[in-house]
Amino acid sequence: MLFKRKEFLQISSLATASLMLPKFLKAFDGKTIVPPGNKVLVVLQFSGGNDGLNTVIPVRNDIYYKARPKLGIEKAKALFLNDEVGINPALPVFKELFDDGSLGILNGVGYPNPDRSHFRSMDIWQSASDSDKYIYSGWLGRYLDAQCGGCGKPTQALEVDDVLSLALKGENNKGLAVKDPKRLYNTSYEKYFKEINTAHQNGEEPVVDYLYKTLSETLSSADYIFQQSKLHPTTQNYPATGLGKNLKTISSLILSDINTKVYYVSLGSFDTHVNQENQQKRLFTELNDAISAFVKDLKSNNRFEDVMLMTFSEFGRRVAQNASGGTDHGTANNMFLVGGGLKQKGLINPMVDLTDLNDGDLRHTIDFKNVYATILRKWLDADDKAILGKQCELMSFV
Amino acid sequence: MSTSTNQLKNQHLLWRAAFGPMAENINQLQDVSQKELYDILLKMSAKSPLPFNVATNLFDGFMKGVQDIGRMQKLDKDEKKMLRKQSVEDLKNLNLTWLTEMISSEAQMREKMSLFWHGHFACRVINIYFQQQLLNTVRENSLNNFGDLLREVSKSPAMLSFLNNQQNKKQHPNENFAREVMELFTLGRGNYTEEDVKESARAFTGWGFNLRGEFVDRPFLHDTGKKTFLGKTGNFNGDDIIDILLEQKQTAKFITGKIYRYFVNDTPDVEKTEWLANRFYQSGYDIKKILTDIYTSNWFYDGKNIGNRIKSPVELLVGIRRLIPIELDKPEVQLLFERALGQILFYPPNVAGWPGGKNWIDSSALMLRMRIPQILTNADDFVVKPKDDYDTMMGMEGVNKNPGLKQINSTVDWNAVTKAFDNTPRENLMRQISNTVLQTKEKINPTILDKYVHKDTRDVYIKTTIIELMSTPEYQFC
Repeated sequence: MLFKRKEFLQISSLATASLMLPKFLKAFDGKTIVPPGNKVLVVLQFSGGNDGLNTVIPVRNDIYYKARPKLGIEKAKALFLNDEVGINPALPVFKELFDDGSLGILNGVGYPNPDRSHFRSMDIWQSASDSDKYIYSGWLGRYLDAQCGGCGKPTQALEVDDVLSLALKGENNKGLAVKDPKRLYNTSYEKYFKEINTAHQNGEEPVVDYLYKTLSETLSSADYIFQQSKLHPTTQNYPATGLGKNLKTISSLILSDINTKVYYVSLGSFDTHVNQENQQKRLFTELNDAISAFVKDLKSNNRFEDVMLMTFSEFGRRVAQNASGGTDHGTANNMFLVGGGLKQKGLINPMVDLTDLNDGDLRHTIDFKNVYATILRKWLDADDKAILGKQCELMSFV
Repeated sequence: MSTSTNQLKNQHLLWRAAFGPMAENINQLQDVSQKELYDILLKMSAKSPLPFNVATNLFDGFMKGVQDIGRMQKLDKDEKKMLRKQSVEDLKNLNLTWLTEMISSEAQMREKMSLFWHGHFACRVINIYFQQQLLNTVRENSLNNFGDLLREVSKSPAMLSFLNNQQNKKQHPNENFAREVMELFTLGRGNYTEEDVKESARAFTGWGFNLRGEFVDRPFLHDTGKKTFLGKTGNFNGDDIIDILLEQKQTAKFITGKIYRYFVNDTPDVEKTEWLANRFYQSGYDIKKILTDIYTSNWFYDGKNIGNRIKSPVELLVGIRRLIPIELDKPEVQLLFERALGQILFYPPNVAGWPGGKNWIDSSALMLRMRIPQILTNADDFVVKPKDDYDTMMGMEGVNKNPGLKQINSTVDWNAVTKAFDNTPRENLMRQISNTVLQTKEKINPTILDKYVHKDTRDVYIKTTIIELMSTPEYQFC
């Protein structure tokens, strides 16, 4: 099925031409090109284990303040969501989104028999496996498998990074890591690579063909992504931070005609064993300012309804503070959902019960796989059961 | 048999049993037979290896002062953190030391087989003492007896700690260790029951270690009651369980299947693996014997078994450095490659090890793999930033900060490489280099190659041809 440069040129010129077509015609462009109106998922990974209890704060809970005499966030400083719950003072934009009905908060999300190792727990979240199983593919990679058997377009899922996460690696299809569309274009724009790719004939060695398929897709995707990223250069001002730049890249692609359904981006490190207050504040400020620009950008281009941003972290922190002004690895955590298309808004489920801890750790009330299933089925219109290997309970937030 | 076929077969043996040919071997590969070459390989690996010892004085002294777990628990937070941090640093050192051994050791078979067992007995603990000891155990036994290897690994503090057997006590059994010993080390999934897991976990109660890295059997924690395991009943202890596991033919089958997939072909061949497994079992798990069965067979050299295996990142890196002698100003850059390509020694992704095969390949990994030959030889910049590993950073930002390396400074001894082609006439040069560098049936179109190589001098021609050939999808295979 090799997707050669020549064919690619045809497709990309088609894509460019389609810009000039009236909107109603675009719907007929075919499956691989996503016209405006199609749903997009942005996954934002908080790497290192974000402290959920100091993110969405139980401001009237004595147990919280008793467990965190130094680290607990004072009621007066928190931004109130309701009488019981406040949000971290470094996240004013999330308070605005909450008031605006564009924020959903899921509490107590986790999985049975939680693992406290970063790598293992991240593996579990990214592969969507049970904690006693090992799966070598990611949930979004398997979404690609289910979505496009043989469509051979890794651009359906993009990670804004140099290296691809397990989450985007399927059995047969893999997403593509692109930190900077221009740089990817430049590094892959090597005539030698293009020539050997064009000269390759699929033949008797299927595994060699597989590598050429990957090469071919990379080269054509690098072109495609770069061309698309230039179509609608955003006029929105983004902060000059890592996340600011990455969300700007994502926005420029969302506003283009690219076929991408899933974007993946990370922020960290949230591994706050020491001096948590400053570190979390710095990261939250970066998060707050970047999300502010991103939301404004999408709203002013009328795409906010089509985008759902989901945050997660490999685990939360322990309820009690430690002796170094920080917190150690814990279990269940909260997740943010940001977008204009939420059916349930605000606090979607109750805060976790601090009177019912498991050896000082929160008990999860929602399995994260239910969140994935809901997004796959109801937002991306995909076969959640095939992707997750079982029927998970569907929720109602979309 | 034409010379080129003989050379290809010898290279095949060198890529599978070892880490690929060195520049100075190339000329010898045309005439020697596979049997002769294999005998040389065996002979080179006959001696016991010198154990690695890279733990720094700081760590060494500290650990020797620690007599038991009780003392360890009394260490304050800063001391523990200091130890862990030092461990992370020393583990990098151990990683580079082993890489160097893979590149330059004569005992190629031993190091290659050790890399296989390193993945089979996957273990991820941040303790340089334990990891170094486990690696030394693996290297010592990698070509000897699987039963001995299994027993020693199972009694290593590294594995007992990683699989939580220190917490496996009478009344409070922890099944993790027992389960993985069966699922990953011996029988494979589906060849035992949950009841077998429970019962063997009871037998392993009491197995633990002290902090000097010594195995301890703690009788007061051992469950001395009757256990029924794989159809046998008795007052089994851990050693009995390992004996029973080795009595199972399934263990020989499972290990053989894995060896076949790793060293011969991803697609298992029922007839051959059964033949191999039977002989492996009859030999009492003699590892050298099963490898000899494979490498001296005719079928190992069948076309369908040659050039179809995707090199792991470590094999790729080591293979390049064996063919081209490269001295790196900062050997640590190799750790960045390992990280960006997904195979950091001593940090397997989980207890099941690295999955291998197509799992190594995605767009960014392939693009980096195709650039590595140029980056290592100073012809290209390195601008990839691998992901951080929070388990080794311990909440400290900046510990593992990758400096965003650009130019890698290296000295390449091209003379050693070009010399190997001294007797090749100009008109055969490109074909001969291509047959030396690539194991795949498909080769790069010479007309295209010709456009990209430099022809100023013969040396430059050889040099650029090798680099261009290494910068291809074909070179990812061995």
